[in-house]
Amino acid sequence: MKPERLHPALDRITRVRGVRGAMVVSAEDGLVVADALMEGIRGNAVAALAGSLAARLARAGAAAAAGEQRFVHLAADGGALLLLPGADGLLVVAVTDQHVNVGLARLEMQRAAEDIA
Amino acid sequence: MKSRVVEPWLLAPVDRFVRECGARLTLIMTPSGQVLAQHGFTRAVEVMSAAALGAGIAASTGEIVRMLDEPDFRVLNHQSARHGIFLGRFASSRGPLLALVVYGADTSIGLVQLFFEDLVADLEAAAPVVAPRGPVLAADFERDLNESLATLFR
Repeated sequence: MKPERLHPALDRITRVRGVRGAMVVSAEDGLVVADALMEGIRGNAVAALAGSLAARLARAGAAAAAGEQRFVHLAADGGALLLLPGADGLLVVAVTDQHVNVGLARLEMQRAAEDIA
Repeated sequence: MKSRVVEPWLLAPVDRFVRECGARLTLIMTPSGQVLAQHGFTRAVEVMSAAALGAGIAASTGEIVRMLDEPDFRVLNHQSARHGIFLGRFASSRGPLLALVVYGADTSIGLVQLFFEDLVADLEAAAPVVAPRGPVLAADFERDLNESLATLFR
């Protein structure tokens, strides 16, 4: 992991229109490694639940013989939660509103995952 | 497995905590090791040992914290291969309390910490208002301890 690249990588994700916050999370622990969040988003709660969600979905994917998890898009009425597994057991997480361009956000999340690896 | 509590108001917050964070073992106790609630233990001797050890760890860590002129000890986490052990101290209307939580690989320290914050808030909201107690005598302490253990394993 390259810690000095964490915040620039997160900043690029948050520049995508509709992204309300981005985080790098330790997937196994569910703890925040770095974050760039708008006020009102509970970073530790999102990190813990995102880590748990990714682990459970990975098990569901394995049970369905779908292969390795690559991207998770949880769409809700008020926005979305995007998860992208990275190297070293890290998870790139984005919290967005309902108008976000998911493709663009995913692209920036992928770049972030590559930058910090 | 059901949670066991010394006083009924503890049951709902402890049950919710265990259900949401997936803890395998949970103890709520005073800093002196008097158990108020437990989940997951099957024998009284295990509860007594865990409570004594948890209280000892909290006391010794608290002393180190004081030597460093830091604010009070709050949480301690130990991660081993198959289990994690979380020890948290929190203020309540009943005075300071400790939560000792053992969790497995099916949950995470992030979830335990997250729901620990909710547990503290839930306990505070559920605690009935009580009159201040007098000094604790040795005989009272032993009687309270025996009554607590009898309740926890009734």
